Amino acid sequence: MHELSLCLNVIESIEACARTEDFDTVEVVRLEIGQLSGAEPEAMRLGFDVAARGTVVEGARLEVIEVSGKAWCPDCSTTVPLPRRFDGCPHCQAFPLAVTDGEQLRIRDLEVS
Amino acid sequence: MCGHCGCGDNGARLEGEEGLVAHHHHHSEHGHEHATHDARLVRIEQDILATNQSHAAANRDWLGQRQISAFNLMSSPGSGKTTLLVSTLISLRRRWALSVIEGDQQTSNDADRIRATGTPALQINTGRGCHLDAHMVAHGLQKLAPPDDSILFIENVGNLVCPAGFDLGELRKVVILSVTEGDDKPIKYPDMFARADLVVLNKIDLLPYVDFDVDRCLGYLGRLRADLPMLQLSARTGEGMAAWQVWLTAAHEQTRRLRPSA
Repeated sequence: MHELSLCLNVIESIEACARTEDFDTVEVVRLEIGQLSGAEPEAMRLGFDVAARGTVVEGARLEVIEVSGKAWCPDCSTTVPLPRRFDGCPHCQAFPLAVTDGEQLRIRDLEVS
Repeated sequence: MCGHCGCGDNGARLEGEEGLVAHHHHHSEHGHEHATHDARLVRIEQDILATNQSHAAANRDWLGQRQISAFNLMSSPGSGKTTLLVSTLISLRRRWALSVIEGDQQTSNDADRIRATGTPALQINTGRGCHLDAHMVAHGLQKLAPPDDSILFIENVGNLVCPAGFDLGELRKVVILSVTEGDDKPIKYPDMFARADLVVLNKIDLLPYVDFDVDRCLGYLGRLRADLPMLQLSARTGEGMAAWQVWLTAAHEQTRRLRPSA
């Protein structure tokens, strides 16, 4: 369950941001979680509430934006969906493909007051 | 080295110390005297692992300056990682200075096994944590103080999921798989195998007695990465160990060439 430590990292970054951006209440936290990032959105939701306890983030709503995996198929010269790392090109079945999207674990933005 | 220390952590302990102090900033610790604002949007656009990545970069720099080659060894529990490490230490110790950081949730059993070979070792207990992170390793490096021009093995917590995303600042990531596991581990745990620099297939002396299909395993690895090397060996019998020593030595020679000593 490394999602809890990912959430602790999220909270830490937001607390640092609270000091520079001068806010003391966070209403919404938006994260981008890639399909190939190795983190489960459901486990992130569980970990978030635990990690937020006693911080400026406590009580904030977590919005997870799930980003689909994508890869470049050199044979078809096109971007194809890659829901799992070991999938081949859906058109020509070539593998392995170079991942182009879906690996991110990012804090996108916050709504604060 | 740990210049930006102050991050919160999940109760990891270095052997012989009280533990990494968690500076988790609680709401009540701050004097919140700010005026109330209307809700507004704050763009952060930052990697969740940015703090770990900056600790990892600092570790990599620290190690590189000292010509220390660090190998992050990852596997499932029971793959024979510690046995492989012990026999590797015995075979390399005449040639290179060696040291070990051991990561486990509890106990110093593995560090004790390593120290029995005469190699300096430090145990990091991650408590409930399922992986080592770069911050724990930064503190471990300070305490262990590996010598210049040496090889450092970091034995990660036995787990093929969580350690994958946490760069420790190592030179190479090595994933160890054993023939008593399933040959489909590479596609069951693709994030781990996709990030490896080398896969070691251990316990090959048991191949006649198990259903593990080496070719099928290689096929699965090929679905993830075209260029991922695999070494097949048995830490118990010594078969294949020479190629593993050559691989480690070649990587360390490269470190020495990149940062020639003054």
